[in-house]
Amino acid sequence: MFKGVGIVSYGVAVPRMRIKVSEIARVWGKDGEKVSKGLGVREKTVASFDEDSCTLAVEASRVALRNQDASRIGAVFVGSESKPYAVKPTASIVAEAIGASPELTGGDLEFACKAGTASMQACLAMVASDMVEYGLAIGSDTAQGRPGDALEFSAGSGAAAVLIGRNPVAEFIDTYSYTTDTPDFWRRQHAEFPRHAGRFTGEPAYFKHVVSAGKGLLAKTATTPEDYDYAVFHQPNGKFPLQAAKLLGFPEEKVKQGLLTPLIGNTYSAAAMIGFASVLDVAEPGQKIFMVSYGSGAGSDAFAFEVKDGIKEARPEESVLALAEKDKVYVDYAVYAKHRRKLKTL
Amino acid sequence: MRSVSVIGVGMTKFGEHWDSSFREMVGEAGAKAVKDAGIEGRELQAIYGGCMASGRFIGQEHIGALIADQMGLNPIPSTRCEAACASGGVAFRQGFLSVASGAYDVVAVGGVEKMTDISTEDAALALGGAGDQEWELFNGATFPAIYALMARRHMLDYGTTEEQMAACAVKNHANATHNPYAQYRRAVTIEDVMNSGYIAEPLKLLDCSPITDGAAVAILCATEKARQFSSKPVEILASSQASDSLALADRKSLTGLSATRIAAEQAFKQAKLSPADIQVAEVHDCFTIAEVMAIEDLGFFKKGTGGKASADGETALNARVSVNTSGGLKACGHPVGATGVKQVVEACWQLRGEAEGRQAANVEHALTHNVGGSGATAVVHIFKRGD
Repeated sequence: MFKGVGIVSYGVAVPRMRIKVSEIARVWGKDGEKVSKGLGVREKTVASFDEDSCTLAVEASRVALRNQDASRIGAVFVGSESKPYAVKPTASIVAEAIGASPELTGGDLEFACKAGTASMQACLAMVASDMVEYGLAIGSDTAQGRPGDALEFSAGSGAAAVLIGRNPVAEFIDTYSYTTDTPDFWRRQHAEFPRHAGRFTGEPAYFKHVVSAGKGLLAKTATTPEDYDYAVFHQPNGKFPLQAAKLLGFPEEKVKQGLLTPLIGNTYSAAAMIGFASVLDVAEPGQKIFMVSYGSGAGSDAFAFEVKDGIKEARPEESVLALAEKDKVYVDYAVYAKHRRKLKTL
Repeated sequence: MRSVSVIGVGMTKFGEHWDSSFREMVGEAGAKAVKDAGIEGRELQAIYGGCMASGRFIGQEHIGALIADQMGLNPIPSTRCEAACASGGVAFRQGFLSVASGAYDVVAVGGVEKMTDISTEDAALALGGAGDQEWELFNGATFPAIYALMARRHMLDYGTTEEQMAACAVKNHANATHNPYAQYRRAVTIEDVMNSGYIAEPLKLLDCSPITDGAAVAILCATEKARQFSSKPVEILASSQASDSLALADRKSLTGLSATRIAAEQAFKQAKLSPADIQVAEVHDCFTIAEVMAIEDLGFFKKGTGGKASADGETALNARVSVNTSGGLKACGHPVGATGVKQVVEACWQLRGEAEGRQAANVEHALTHNVGGSGATAVVHIFKRGD
């Protein structure tokens, strides 16, 4: 169905600033080592005052398009839950910034942490139906966490962009989605920070949807975990994806390459896509990749890819893992609070 | 007063029931108990339901009538009993008294709580209502803090250690691995408890009972008529209840619960038994220190030696007394209003020889001990194996 359609190129962007989980724990009187170990997250990325989900989306797109003709892009979709504008598309800003406009369609998608992969599906369908030649799917977030809330330890910032077209370096084998009305995490209109239902976000939310979508795709493609060389899962922390992998029968070593949250935090709409990009950094032609995203509210998109010739040439200069370690600047909670606009008199 | 027996018991699994509502859990536990008793619903003459805070947890009051309706038992009288975490035990005692007095022959006693629909913070506030709102909760004393004060004093007066308290959690988790109804069916080590992070020093996460959904039901019948329905009735030898001040500050001692001591003395007197005659005890271990104090106050161990006895394994399955074979509140879970009735369910299973995997040997007598708040209510029941 999707023969010959897939990822043509990809790019990732993360802010330079980092804050350690132990530093956040210090401010709230918690044992940093225990929190860090419990979440499986060491530190997280911090978007600065002049970064938002739009600038990060542009940065990731520029990396993805370094050898591509942007004018051939017929659709730009940006998945995010931290849009700079409530009304005014990020997609149009990105399209303009990368030189893709004006002959294109697109828009902003929101599905908590899975709007990036929903964007991938939209682009996939449009390319497969020859509606557009290329589609650019982006997941980008500068995730919010209320000061003192459990989310604050992991809510990071980052973006991933994938250019979808024909003659891919990673071909779509198939995709399968699983969606229910499950209110585990939400942010209402005009509310600054999201709310969540504590432990309800685990078993009946993340695990139910990720595992159901994963099983659905395995059944639809008549494959087993053994058929895949890598598996990537949405990664709200460092623990959930490993548990989900275990439930589906993927060994830990197939998950490690695509598990970035311990280093950069949960980048929400970008999280699974950044993990996927990290796998593309090392996967060889012929290898297969399994991927399941998760968005609260709730749903999961599962994908199966086969890596093709030309993957090496499609890789950005810097791998995701290198990017995660490059030019890091550690900030304390005070500087973090300033940049994340948590000081209300600013 | 005439003798009363338990002729049927049933319960839901305890845990986080994301997909079951309050009324569904009541229905499930009720149907199981009625089936176990071998009766039909129309033979029930009254219902007593223990529930602590449905108004806070799910916004629903008037649950007496709701339970009767849900179980298809209208129009028999149905009464809610509330005594914080001892609501289940108090409901059971009301059921017992109603049959013992001759007012009814067959009644149902239920306990239920649906706690996971609200945030942990809101649940902690709701539970805080079991203490003295004006003198404790208003000033920030939540239940872990109140029991932490008692633990500190116990440590100071008797040399009880955090490791000794941890032993209660380790033992209860070990028991729960064999209980299919338990919330946590996993073993933990002393090290796990010690590393689990302080909630209120010296109590750590694994010293504390969890937030749980669940329901339990028991069917009571006049002993003289019990054999008409059941081949395995369990006779209630004693039922006692005592009260104390809500606030810890008004008590004479912080290292024991006077209400437990008085209720236990009365119960043993009624049953004409002593602590040495009890093989199985389901005690109220909302925190590990609560179990240490309970096994002392109930008379199983001398005051001040409960910690050491626990660490020495004297409360393990088939040791000196098998304490909390269900896993206790700690590992079986603590849906507050249901706990007192769940203890009765476990006691009956033990006396009937049906506690698979965790069955204590030669159980003649079992005791249940249910506490409200930090000890303002204590309910003790003693049961005898049917012959």
